[in-house]
Amino acid sequence: MKISIGQYVPGNSVFHRADPRTKILWTIAMMVLLLIINSFVGYAIAAVFVIVALIISRINIGLILKSLKTVTFLIVFTMILNLLFYKGETVLFTLWKFDIYLEGVMFSLKMIIRIILLISATSLLTFTTTSVMLTDGLERLLKPLTVFGFPAHDVSMMMSIALRFIPTFSEETDRIIKAQSSRGADFDSPNLYEKIKSFVSILIPLFIGAFRRAEELATAMEAKCYRGGEGRTRLRVLKFSSADVVILIYSIIFLIFVIFEKIGWQWL
Amino acid sequence: MNDNYVTLENVYYSYEVSENDENSDAMVGVTQMAVENISFSVKKGEFIAIAGRNGSGKSTIARLMNALLDPTEGVVIVNGIDTKDNEKIWDIRSNVGMVFQNPDNQIVGMSVEEDVAFGMENLGIPRDEMLTKIDKCLKTVKLENERKTEPHLLSGGQKQRVAIAGILAMQPSCIVLDEATAMLDPDGRKDVIFTVHKLNREEGITIILITHHMDEIVGADRVIIIDEGHILCSGTPKEIFTADDVIKKAGLELPQTAKMFNLLRKSGFDVRRDILSADEAFEYIKELIASGKIQRRCE
Repeated sequence: MKISIGQYVPGNSVFHRADPRTKILWTIAMMVLLLIINSFVGYAIAAVFVIVALIISRINIGLILKSLKTVTFLIVFTMILNLLFYKGETVLFTLWKFDIYLEGVMFSLKMIIRIILLISATSLLTFTTTSVMLTDGLERLLKPLTVFGFPAHDVSMMMSIALRFIPTFSEETDRIIKAQSSRGADFDSPNLYEKIKSFVSILIPLFIGAFRRAEELATAMEAKCYRGGEGRTRLRVLKFSSADVVILIYSIIFLIFVIFEKIGWQWL
Repeated sequence: MNDNYVTLENVYYSYEVSENDENSDAMVGVTQMAVENISFSVKKGEFIAIAGRNGSGKSTIARLMNALLDPTEGVVIVNGIDTKDNEKIWDIRSNVGMVFQNPDNQIVGMSVEEDVAFGMENLGIPRDEMLTKIDKCLKTVKLENERKTEPHLLSGGQKQRVAIAGILAMQPSCIVLDEATAMLDPDGRKDVIFTVHKLNREEGITIILITHHMDEIVGADRVIIIDEGHILCSGTPKEIFTADDVIKKAGLELPQTAKMFNLLRKSGFDVRRDILSADEAFEYIKELIASGKIQRRCE
């Protein structure tokens, strides 16, 4: 059984080769900038930048659409709320008790574009980075926080152990479902109460198993001299490469455009 | 010079369990003895098998040997270090590697090579050295083609060999296998047993094999049989296999071949006492036929 974790799509583009730290920072920067931009011109520029990035990373557009589909509800919900409650000046028409303003239509359009761009830009990170790399990148980025007592190493160790055990637990869940069905548990019952009851019969053995595993794993780690992050060397190392420079330059160009958009083109 | 690598001297280990009190229904602490008055030593480069049924205390002995447990009474000396010495605990653990029973619950890495590297990372070994050692250790356990494989795609026997490779990379002098074959299929068991024998022979690593499969003790230098926390007897595999009453008392079962020869002896046949494996039995019986002691019947 092959279980894929996360949404990683193998490839060899600039984005795939870049250091996860760069990509995490790039994603954060994109999010902030997309929230700063507040005009259609700005969104058009941002859209060009995001689309070019997606083309460079050779991510199938269908995958992006798929991840957008999961937030359809959010998009529709924001749109309706903004349409109904935005107070502007130009009334377009009145729907029952609500006045629909032109500004409201514009604003909700902007919100939709913003959400779509945010999702596309952030999925670039998850599509081009394996979960292992993401964990490593996060650990390195959070490392400065250890000064304030943040357990960066422990958090990343926990995350990578969790990732390592996802396939194990999914196999175990399968096994428990089969075992419980063979004892008469009904997982397809239309009765909601029966359904919940049968899921309890999966969860309890799964949790007990997880605790047992955790204990044994801790013993095995201790036996292999694990004693926290101090003095530990790493097999996986992160290195900045030319790909990171490309992304950095790309981000700076985008930043310049956003600054121009904010202070206005008339200054040029 | 004393060449004992691991020495246990009058070791007791007990732990507290809470139990329902018969009279008052309240939970009371009861002291449970896991092992009592255990004394033995293991020489450097020796292959020792410790056999006993479930709950006989053999896992406790394993954990005492690399300071995962401290003895309640008595001393455990590993490579001249008392395991109670908390400052040297990591010296002991890097010298005595442990392979546990459940292959799934001892693999930390996201891939085979990362898991092999885990112990080395903990010891602070530089990355370049890690890479060469991963190569070497995976070759030793014959998994060099699985370097990048995710652990959950491996078979049980392969997982245990990954665990062994991870320990080998830490360059221990001794490996303790705590029922490492109990959850494996026959092929996986054979592979693991073959691997530890090879390590013992070629690299001179002291092996302490804890098991309840009596056929696995065949190649050992010495066997210790324990039951209910006591040492019942110890000796070479040949001595142990002919002492079938002790084996029975310990709740263990002899391999078919040894059982058959013991039965033959009991019914008055004067057969050799040192036949351990089916191959040896085959050679011996062939010899008997050739010498005319048994009639050839089939056409």
